[in-house]
Amino acid sequence: MTVIVARGLERRFGSKRVLAGIDLDVPEGAFVVVTGPNGSGKTTLLSLCAGLLAPTKGTLDVRAERRELGYLAHEPLVYRELTALENLELYGRLYRVPERRERIGMLLERFSLWDTRHERVSTFSRGMAQRLAFCRVLLHEPRLLLLDEPYSALDAEASELVDAELRALAAERTVVVSTHDPERLAALATARLALA
Amino acid sequence: MSLRNNRLGVLALAAAALLLAGVALAFYWAPEDADQGFSQRIFYIHVSVALTAYASFGWAAWKALRLLWRRDERYDLESYTAVHVGVMFGVLTLVTGSIWARISWGVWWSWGERQLVLFLVLFLFYSAYFMLRYSTEPGPRRARMSAVYALFGVVLIPISFLAIRLAENFIHPVVFTREGPQMSGSMFFTFCVCLAGTLALAGSLYANELLGKRLDERLRDLREALA
Amino acid sequence: MTYLADVAALAKKDLLLELRSRDTLPAMLLFVVSTLVVFHFSLPSGSSDIAAAGLLWVAIVFTALLGLTRAFVAEREQRLMDGLVLAPCDRSAIWLAKGLSIVVFLLLAEVVALPAYALFFEPVSGQMVAGILLADLGIASVGTLLAAMAAASRARELLLPLLFLPLAIPVIVGGVGASVADDPARYLGFLGLYDLIFAILSWASFEYVVTE
Repeated sequence: MTVIVARGLERRFGSKRVLAGIDLDVPEGAFVVVTGPNGSGKTTLLSLCAGLLAPTKGTLDVRAERRELGYLAHEPLVYRELTALENLELYGRLYRVPERRERIGMLLERFSLWDTRHERVSTFSRGMAQRLAFCRVLLHEPRLLLLDEPYSALDAEASELVDAELRALAAERTVVVSTHDPERLAALATARLALA
Repeated sequence: MSLRNNRLGVLALAAAALLLAGVALAFYWAPEDADQGFSQRIFYIHVSVALTAYASFGWAAWKALRLLWRRDERYDLESYTAVHVGVMFGVLTLVTGSIWARISWGVWWSWGERQLVLFLVLFLFYSAYFMLRYSTEPGPRRARMSAVYALFGVVLIPISFLAIRLAENFIHPVVFTREGPQMSGSMFFTFCVCLAGTLALAGSLYANELLGKRLDERLRDLREALA
Repeated sequence: MTYLADVAALAKKDLLLELRSRDTLPAMLLFVVSTLVVFHFSLPSGSSDIAAAGLLWVAIVFTALLGLTRAFVAEREQRLMDGLVLAPCDRSAIWLAKGLSIVVFLLLAEVVALPAYALFFEPVSGQMVAGILLADLGIASVGTLLAAMAAASRARELLLPLLFLPLAIPVIVGGVGASVADDPARYLGFLGLYDLIFAILSWASFEYVVTE
């Protein structure tokens, strides 16, 4: 079953055309690595697939509902004045995550944030916030994962954690990842998309 | 393309003819009003222009609704153009109303004039529409927000009118009285001709502006395709 | 009833954020009192009740603007609106939750403003309070939607007053009328009508304002 179908996908911002003539077929279980220089539209493509942006031309069909979609953006999308736990509680409620408490605890533990769960995100380093973002993304066990440069701001230890996560996810979910370091994901990739 | 041009030309011609006829009728043929005399003749233009403005805003709201319903960005330009034409006629309403007030009562502005006050509020509202469009990146988001705002505008018209009527009770005890259209047959005919003229004018302005903007769009697309 | 659960979770978040950052509400409280003091100096002596009541309403509307301008600040600066919009909940729940928190802020500001008004100008009547309560609902409904629009634009804080004030005019008319008229029922009814129509309109169209 195809999860994402795009034909002639185009997105412009004002007079600037960021994506043009993109055709995509992402089957279930695929692991797509998206590469390209800065400004080539990687983030735009992921935002389009997430449904945050609408195409200005062409068609895009993402066969996943919002509750099946996990989007890791450039920003961690967590409230700075709330604690890690409160953030995940909020998202857990909005995504109607079953056994919310247990799942949150497990994720915080896995990403080494359990000890700082009662601290406000404003006290976190960029890397910690990114790890929290991962927790947010994985909280509702999404079928389709859209990850925009997941390794940014992560140290070596955290990066290996993410490697392990991605290996586990690749086996059972559909993943679209944009990255500056495609070699790292070469083993997992089932398809590549290079944006000009 | 040429067929559309023909239609546009015919509409513009009709507008010119009707307006000329209407103004002539208003100033030379229609009977003089017993109470107000000559100044009442501006009424034909003033009310026609006001009703045309309402019609434009209504048209804009209709297009806005279509945009939200169909998710087709084509309607954005049509809604915007209708608002633009509506604002032009709105300003005209304010100007003709002001002239009428000056001739009738010697003042350039009267808060007791409900239509005038209503148009002032609408003018502020739809000016903000342009500010909204100007300060947002063109794209699907701007189109949707403009559409929602245009819908709010059309709902605001009756609500504001009600508010202005209510306000008269405590804000402006002095209300200039003026007869509504208790028109004789020939007056009514004159009015209809004027109204038809202003509507036709609005229609041709709308169609003309839309045509120009769509041409710009196509030109841009062609340029990109060639680049 | 997951819709209400969503609204509750979001409203709790909004109030918690304000409790932690404490920037909007104190500003609103101080602003409304300062404005009333300024109005004392701008009103000629011997001015009527109506003039003073009118100025109270101006103070309330501008204080509301202050609060509304801050309403979506976190969502805009940290792109958090994306996070909320991606969630499977109805987008109108975001509007409702944010609107409720604005109503709470307005009520708290009025708890300070009304005694100040009674102290500086005229005693506060029951009909005035009724008018204020109804007006708060209308202001919050329309204001929350417009704040989301303004947050998506480049002009941001500059745009919100321009969008909001024309729509606030009927509220002011209803409010002042309810405060000073002999038969406030008409004005209160009008405010109720405004609230109903614009709340429904805002609730239904919020989705279109925050998504593409």
